[in-house]
Amino acid sequence: MKFAIALYSAAHAPSSRRALLFAQAALAGGHEIVRLFFYQDGVYSASNNIVAPQDEQDIARQWREFVSQHQLDGVVCIAAALRRGVLNAEEAARYQRSAVNLEAPWALSGLGQLHDAIQDADRLICFGGP
Amino acid sequence: MSRSLLVISRQAPWSGPSAREALDIVLAGGAFDLPIGLLFLDDGVFQLAPNQAAKAVQQKDLSANLQALGLFGIDDVFACSHSLTARGLPPPAHAQALDSQAIFQLIDRYDQVITL
Repeated sequence: MKFAIALYSAAHAPSSRRALLFAQAALAGGHEIVRLFFYQDGVYSASNNIVAPQDEQDIARQWREFVSQHQLDGVVCIAAALRRGVLNAEEAARYQRSAVNLEAPWALSGLGQLHDAIQDADRLICFGGP
Repeated sequence: MSRSLLVISRQAPWSGPSAREALDIVLAGGAFDLPIGLLFLDDGVFQLAPNQAAKAVQQKDLSANLQALGLFGIDDVFACSHSLTARGLPPPAHAQALDSQAIFQLIDRYDQVITL
């Protein structure tokens, strides 16, 4: 089955971890993930600047490694990200901000990518809230 | 044929960017001519309240955008009648009020659902 996965919560929310576990299980079960789309506070789950305490899971790093390892299409909504201060080098330069906290494997793009994934996938699975 | 999408908007317009971000999904879908529905549920029905004074709480007024949804090809706009009544709101001018049974059927009719 082809899944599109949308995430609306930050890395510290249990729902971000649940989304990651679901995505890992989907691939392990032989399914395909056509795209991950991080929207609303989900953009924080892609931030490079999250520092987890040593005895806690670093979910943002685990997301990065998961997306890189499986060469997934990881898209972060650009409007949601700008509003929340999640910027890649290009946007930081464009808006003259000193910090860059979004890097590969993540790509900033628009809501068209969410609709495109919905059209492509058999199922859209959304994760948000606590 | 394109897959249809129902966006369920559950947050009040003053409670953060959620109402705006739900609407953005709808507008983006309309721009791609996709079959999109919008349902206001729970506190989301506050987005339909008449005579909003968004400026008084230093917010942008979304109601003009809602009235213009038809121009973007979004005609399927609904509101939960129970949520409206529970909050003392009048029948909305730009959305069709539905009872719980009709909402079950509505959700069933769409291929995908996003709840924000």
